[in-house]
Amino acid sequence: MLYAILCYNEEDVVWSWSQEEDAAVMARLGVVHDRLTKAGKLGPAVRLLPTTAATTLRKTQDPPLVIDGPFAETKEQLLGFYVIDVADLNEALDVARELAAANPGGAYEVRPVALYNADRRAGAGG
Amino acid sequence: MTEVTWIKAALTAARPQAIGALLRYFRDLDTAEEAFQEACLRALKSWPQNGPPRDATAWLIFVGRNAALDGMRRRGKHEPLPPDEAISDIDDAEAVLAERLDGSHYRDDVLRLLFICCHPELPNTQQIALALRIVSGLSVRQIARAFLVGEAAMEQRITRAKARIAQADVPFETPGAPERGERLAVVAAMVYLVFNEGYSTGEGSARAQLCEEAIRLARLLLRLFQTEPEIMGLTALMLLQHARAAARLDAAGEIVLLEDQDRSLWDGKLIAEGLALIDKAVRHRRPGPYQIQAAVAALHARAARPEETDWPQIDALYAALERLQPSPVVTLNRAVAVGKLHGPAAALDMIEPLAPRLSGYFHFFGAKGAFLLQLGRKGEARAAFDQAIALANTPAEAAHIRRHLDRLAQESAPTPG
Repeated sequence: MLYAILCYNEEDVVWSWSQEEDAAVMARLGVVHDRLTKAGKLGPAVRLLPTTAATTLRKTQDPPLVIDGPFAETKEQLLGFYVIDVADLNEALDVARELAAANPGGAYEVRPVALYNADRRAGAGG
Repeated sequence: MTEVTWIKAALTAARPQAIGALLRYFRDLDTAEEAFQEACLRALKSWPQNGPPRDATAWLIFVGRNAALDGMRRRGKHEPLPPDEAISDIDDAEAVLAERLDGSHYRDDVLRLLFICCHPELPNTQQIALALRIVSGLSVRQIARAFLVGEAAMEQRITRAKARIAQADVPFETPGAPERGERLAVVAAMVYLVFNEGYSTGEGSARAQLCEEAIRLARLLLRLFQTEPEIMGLTALMLLQHARAAARLDAAGEIVLLEDQDRSLWDGKLIAEGLALIDKAVRHRRPGPYQIQAAVAALHARAARPEETDWPQIDALYAALERLQPSPVVTLNRAVAVGKLHGPAAALDMIEPLAPRLSGYFHFFGAKGAFLLQLGRKGEARAAFDQAIALANTPAEAAHIRRHLDRLAQESAPTPG
């Protein structure tokens, strides 16, 4: 079963980490990623650029409106996501707990995937 | 990451908005700073026990405000302190306060806080020091190290700047749209000053920290003013320049010119963010100086090898910048592109008229010497390099020029035997 793990955290706090802190978190996450990869359970893992780099297409009118910034002004922002291939929700939550131990703060939304198209670009390894 | 590290990052992130709100409330910088400091101390005590509050910034504003009010009452009436319990029921109060914290206010709070650091009577160095101290929350020691001065001297500089601001007329009413735009432009210039202070010398981690702080402030401005193309341009410009930090100095601490840099050392993540922001800015079709300079930096970032640099486009961008914001320094930059396109003689023709206005500018003589050297006019090149050395701002700049001079000396020395 495919699950998406959506990573929410306070962006301005995360971007206030020093480079050393950031590197330490990434190194701890790397250990978890490696384990999941070896077990054949880790799909795409994505870290997003800050929401200030985002652009939103509002479809509530025709033609759609292009707006600078993220879809919603929230206290916590979507900063990245994983796709994992696990047996069930319990295992998905276990993975989320493992990631949480490496990267505290914020929240993970564990969300089952309905449809998954692998990367079909020429040369893409998906 | 330990809990304390996380809390400290949260306090740093909340700082501009919290101090900005406290400043609106108390209309006094020292009181606002002390109130925030007190709130931080209480946060470090309370959050590990009770967990972080839902809205850390609102919590800090509320607790800081109450702490300052208590202090005032105490000093005013010599009455006993209200018990801690009186403000311990933060949760309910926070919900009320969060509602009362008008969303439109906080944008102007942060802008005002930055704006007062830009008081026109303050010299640039004081503006920068003040912003780093008050808005970024760097310690006096950190700032002193970045400026290569003693801690006591820096402390004095900041105190003096604060005293001047205390006497100044700080506008507290909500600004109208044109005023807001003007303030934003002044603040953007100050943020770029912070960056340049770190970038121009680029030595050591204390300096790199200034660049990182400037980028953090720019991202903050961009979150508050999401549709301003010039703020996108400013942020992109700094990201793209800072992306080259690791390649700008060699192991001996000497300057490595752009065309000689190991491009694999450039930070791809920063470049990606910078390019994304330029893309966004261009959509607005309101070009400005930061966007144009960012576009130049982007062309360098996009060239996998120096030979692939799009010099015609860079020349065109600097020409546009000359029209928008005429300055001899811009023309000097354009001359480098012209030199690549049409040769050193054309470049030299272009910069010669700038001589009277750039007679105290290191880079003018550095560039002039390089063009003369390319033309084989060694004596004149040596004279230009000598003047550059005299004007060097840092040991690294001087060392860079000295290498040219050494090479010239070797070439003109009679060959033995």
